[in-house]
Amino acid sequence: MKFRSVFDIIGPVMIGPSSSHTAGAARIGRVARSLFGREPKWANISLYGSFAKTYKGHGTDVAIVGGLLDFDTDDVRIIKAIEIANEKGMKLRFIEEDAVTDHPNTARIIIGDHNGELELVGISIGGGKIEVTELNGFELKLSGNHPAILVVHNDRFGAIAGVANILAKYEINIGHMEVSRKEQGKLALMTIEVDQNIDDKILDELEQLPNILKVTKIVD
Amino acid sequence: MFRNAAELVEMANSQNKKISEIMIEQEVTVTGRSREEVMSFMDRNLKVMEEAVERGIKGVKSHSGLTGGDAVLLQKYIEKGNFLTGETILDAVSKAVATNEVNAAMGTICATPTAGSAGVVPGTLFAVQKKLNPTREQMISFLFTAGAFGFIVANNASISGAAGGCQAEVGSAAGMAAAAIVELAGGTPQQCAEAMAITLKNMLGLVCDPVAGLVEVPCVKRNAMGAANAMVAADMALAGITSRIPCDEVIDAMYKIGQSMPSALKETAQGGLAATPTGRALEAKIFGIPLNKK
Repeated sequence: MKFRSVFDIIGPVMIGPSSSHTAGAARIGRVARSLFGREPKWANISLYGSFAKTYKGHGTDVAIVGGLLDFDTDDVRIIKAIEIANEKGMKLRFIEEDAVTDHPNTARIIIGDHNGELELVGISIGGGKIEVTELNGFELKLSGNHPAILVVHNDRFGAIAGVANILAKYEINIGHMEVSRKEQGKLALMTIEVDQNIDDKILDELEQLPNILKVTKIVD
Repeated sequence: MFRNAAELVEMANSQNKKISEIMIEQEVTVTGRSREEVMSFMDRNLKVMEEAVERGIKGVKSHSGLTGGDAVLLQKYIEKGNFLTGETILDAVSKAVATNEVNAAMGTICATPTAGSAGVVPGTLFAVQKKLNPTREQMISFLFTAGAFGFIVANNASISGAAGGCQAEVGSAAGMAAAAIVELAGGTPQQCAEAMAITLKNMLGLVCDPVAGLVEVPCVKRNAMGAANAMVAADMALAGITSRIPCDEVIDAMYKIGQSMPSALKETAQGGLAATPTGRALEAKIFGIPLNKK
């Protein structure tokens, strides 16, 4: 079931005017920011479908940038997000795409600074709820509603079991898990949604495992 | 976990509980939060709804200038006492409009189930509040009952205008409100489902065609009529009228209608009222150039 909590329906508390095109858009931006781990210096934002056609009226552009600035859906600073980003020197580019995507409310966000880049595709499925469908070229399904850990690893046997064993040791329950790879035997990504927030100490321990390259977390 | 309206009603009946109670218990189980936390979280959402209505009935104006001030007009009209329908229904309409006018003005609201349809549930709640004098806890329960039916629609169909048209947004909101009014007025769980079905049946096919892509025209007035629809359907269900097509099948029909709707009528501002001469003229005026660069 896509929707698990009653507060997906009665909620979120948010700045208008659209739960999918404003609140959902802000959440997509904020997940990108959270995964990037710091404020980006630039952002290229491609909008598809209904997002591309109506973003000015709905404030979708403002909201995504608000998310990149780490503002929550009910943060009134969202209204002035583009001005705030400009003041901080963040370079913004919006692209209205014509391509037809699986979901009408789709955004592709590429953000970066001199230390790195991150590319993320998010969809806004209604009522402010979002899913991340692509991260740095990996396909995945991340609701953004639960704490989650993302593990970039080499596609080798035992890598998944190693991670699962450490989570089990700390009594962390896995709600949803997915593994995605670009090519057999090469780089792969584990997406693990868990029920409780995870301590940084556990992330460090995960990163020490063989074949594990990078571990990041998204806080609830 | 209930998956559809039939299961929800069956759970309520077999456990001799209200639908709101089933929803609260499920939320506690699914999220691991305590009952107190869940209730106080909903109380916070209720406060946001109250503040939005208070702000809206004093009068707001959107940035585009397309909407605002209608809630005030209706409140003044009610005060004069010469209305043709009823005070409760007009109060619901006025408060639904108030909420959506605040939303259009980029104010703070609580999505129920979406921002574009955020007026219906609070509008009807605060209107029946005068008549039924509920406790704070009963008002919070109203939102859980509405949430339970929205939960079913969201998981079996859609609550997104871009995916299913306005029927998925204001249609769902009106159905949720109707079911919640019935419970608050003392109706049975089955009557809640009948009210949801009757309401949604009368919103099937409603397209999402916002002028200039703004959540203003016709969204604010669709919330008005969604609230009126919910009030009448609730009264019908409480009178003992049932829907020949069961609630779950109405929801399924809504989903399929949404899928076959052309994308021009699903929140793209390409068809319907958005594509009328006046709609296009407003769009051109607001953005300097029309969004549709044909």
